[in-house]
Amino acid sequence: MFIKGTMQRAIVVFVLFTGLATGGVIAAETHGVKINHWTTDQGVRVYHVEAPEIPMVEFELQFDAGAARDGELGGLAMLTNGLIAEGAADLDASAIAARFESVGAIYGNSSQRDAASLSLRSLTDPPLLNQALETFVLVLGKPTFPQDSLERERSRMLVGLQSEQESLESLSEKAFYKALYNSHPYAAPERGTEATVKAIKREDVQRFFNDYYVASNAVLAIVGAVTEEEARSLAGKIGSALKKGQPAPALPPVASLEKPNTVRLNHPSQQAHILMGQPGVRRGDPDYFALYVGNHILGGSGLVSRLAEEIREKRGLSYSQYSYFAPMRLEGPYILGLQTKVEQAEQARQLLHDELKKFIAEGPTDAELQAAKQNITGGFPLRIAGNSKIVGYLGMIGFYKLPLDYLETFNANIEAVTKEQIKAAFAKRVNPEKLVTVVAGGEAAAPDAGG
Amino acid sequence: MKQKSLIAFVAALVWLTPAMAATVHEYALDNGMKILIKEDHRAPVVVSQVWYGVGSAYEPMGTTGMSHVLEHMMFKGTEKHGPGEFSRVIAAHGGQENAFTSRDYTAYYQQLEKSRLPISFEMEADRMRNLRLTAEEFAKEVNVVMEERRLRVEDDPQSIAVEQFFATAFVNNPYRIPVIGWMEDLQQMTVEDLRHWYQTWYAPNNATLVVVGDVEPKEVLELAKKYYGPLKPSNVPPVKSRPEIKQRGTKRITVKVPAELPFVIMGYHVPTLKTAAEDWEPYALEVLSAVLDDGDSARFANELIRGQQIAASADAGYSLYSRFSNTFTLDGVPTPGHTIAELEQALRDQVKKIQDAPPSADELARVKAQVVARDVYERDSVFYQAMRLGSLTTMGLDWKVLDEYVDRIRAITPEQVQQVAQKYLTDDQLTIAILEPLPLSQMASVPQRSTGGAHVH
Repeated sequence: MFIKGTMQRAIVVFVLFTGLATGGVIAAETHGVKINHWTTDQGVRVYHVEAPEIPMVEFELQFDAGAARDGELGGLAMLTNGLIAEGAADLDASAIAARFESVGAIYGNSSQRDAASLSLRSLTDPPLLNQALETFVLVLGKPTFPQDSLERERSRMLVGLQSEQESLESLSEKAFYKALYNSHPYAAPERGTEATVKAIKREDVQRFFNDYYVASNAVLAIVGAVTEEEARSLAGKIGSALKKGQPAPALPPVASLEKPNTVRLNHPSQQAHILMGQPGVRRGDPDYFALYVGNHILGGSGLVSRLAEEIREKRGLSYSQYSYFAPMRLEGPYILGLQTKVEQAEQARQLLHDELKKFIAEGPTDAELQAAKQNITGGFPLRIAGNSKIVGYLGMIGFYKLPLDYLETFNANIEAVTKEQIKAAFAKRVNPEKLVTVVAGGEAAAPDAGG
Repeated sequence: MKQKSLIAFVAALVWLTPAMAATVHEYALDNGMKILIKEDHRAPVVVSQVWYGVGSAYEPMGTTGMSHVLEHMMFKGTEKHGPGEFSRVIAAHGGQENAFTSRDYTAYYQQLEKSRLPISFEMEADRMRNLRLTAEEFAKEVNVVMEERRLRVEDDPQSIAVEQFFATAFVNNPYRIPVIGWMEDLQQMTVEDLRHWYQTWYAPNNATLVVVGDVEPKEVLELAKKYYGPLKPSNVPPVKSRPEIKQRGTKRITVKVPAELPFVIMGYHVPTLKTAAEDWEPYALEVLSAVLDDGDSARFANELIRGQQIAASADAGYSLYSRFSNTFTLDGVPTPGHTIAELEQALRDQVKKIQDAPPSADELARVKAQVVARDVYERDSVFYQAMRLGSLTTMGLDWKVLDEYVDRIRAITPEQVQQVAQKYLTDDQLTIAILEPLPLSQMASVPQRSTGGAHVH
């Protein structure tokens, strides 16, 4: 969907604090999670876990085909991803949707900066699964990208861009990525801009699909009540729908920030949203565990973190304050953030910055490190409880080519982290004198502040 | 797709249905606390939730938002455990915790490796009766809640419209109150208000403990007796039924907010499972909602988003589970070439269409297949299973209705769907809220209600 839900997120339930959208921070040892891994004839890398208890199965098919591949046509990755189920062979969008939904299957799609994915959840009863999978394979192998669908989805994407203009969260995040990555592909907003979305043609979509939605550029995760043998057969059908193709080329390197940069955005709001950070770390980086544990203490552990203690518990300045590393193919962002009423913004920004500086200079205490390790390792069983959680981890391991024993060794890697490693890793990765800071909100927006 | 094969598939679904779900073990302690336990041995984890029968729908005017602020204050310690200690202890045991407030309930939970359950019980029982409510902690926390309100409501145009919609649709039904409370009420709230609220509602005889996970029910019961058993019950006031007064004609409001997109909400008064005179009607309303808007093959996606291309988004909303009667809502954002009035008319046309003719056999078959499948998918989440048990019980419903759900939906006929549309989706029962965007670029800054602190600019 290109625009946010409405009544679904209406004011019905309020939680004490919000979880972090970190894109899969995990900790685990593999009690009973046996990962089967193989590559199909066409070159799709497959990761499978058998979970026989519930008669359902989940597929997640990822391609290195996210917004980082947009080139000049911002929004192309997301638009292509959204158009795949709009027409296949002689079926139109309604017929495709009916084929999935008449057997209770759920087709999904999503597109971020690195990955674009298609997913399928189905019951495993053979006639139901067969129809769902056949439809999935058809959509994948013979998408038609009808011109009228393109025009409609383009129009909805433009509405989505308008919707971002009234959301401080979106405005501040876009400004943050832009300041962090400058001319790097990670700087571009996932939905593109009005001008780039309007410039996309059908042949661009077709070309993007042909280049990136190929077996050599694909990773498939399967979790559910299917044996390895059955999964091999299912994966084979999915794989054979794809052309072999090439893996996506390497992205240009991410440059470090040369100097601090503060961006202020006006908006007729009561709060200011503050984001602070730098390019952080790649998936698979050896420093990752030290950074993860360290950040857990600073701002990654909900109400127990230092940021929550200083900003929320002691001073009541903000409802949500957090920090996290979002490792990506290349250096994903390290982000610290909060929201507070406009008059308090400078005070809160200063506190956030001070806490970061203090943490880099002093590192954690022994007690904090101990508590963090207990929380992360002790919480392992929760993180893999449920098929949908496991499928997310498999997708991450596959997409970023992490070792197959990543889950098994995670707790040992966490336990091995020392205070010195945390201090060294933060000193190396985070320079508090060269931060990007976005302060968005307060005052009227400037008349031309549309972009 | 041919109709024949569709029906065949749905027939194939039949054997899959209920009875696969694990049994719920139901107990009550002598002090009146209800206990529901469900085994799920897939992973060595457990979720423990304590549900209180209190939420925003219980709140008198002038102190709206109390239930939610109290929920925040429940983390500020007791005589035995200091502020924040509960959270730190749970974290040190690898647990996850949170709490949430809604119209009909307030709930607290911990998710833990299964052997840690006693830690949760000990501290949760302690704060049920021994909370320390200090003016100092309250003063900070109410500011946190006001920031939460700014984040979720004040700076979100559609949320403002939704709040105004409910405040208009209902006169004496307490769902007119927003869960987080009005800002004006939060500003005048005192710690005394909360003390009174805590004393009134936080008692074992107004609480339900739900435990789902890799546990033995008997052992959990023994643990519950040990920790929750000694708590003294209270005289908890009965909850009145608060039926909405009869609406006499369409109500229409305009909500002007700085925004980019217009937005329309239309809501009709409808019964829920707890308030319905005819117990099949809520299920027919569920099916109606699904015919309109459950998935990409439903009518709104087919006809409003794709066919007429009049809506950028369009939703139908109904839930049969709530304590008081609720609304059946339609809402949407128009596409750039269409006005909000045109979208409103298109939504009305959708209502008329289903009033004029029952949904097709294919449509009902699709809805039923989705319901059966979802019933299976939901078992993947231990947390969600606990959530359903706890919320229903706290609304005053028997959780056993969950087990009936699939069969009740399957029994609904196309004519029954048409009948509820004819009976309830009438103009005289309709409330419409239109979000009319004011330009974002020319608005003066929204005046702040409190003072202090340096301005950023």
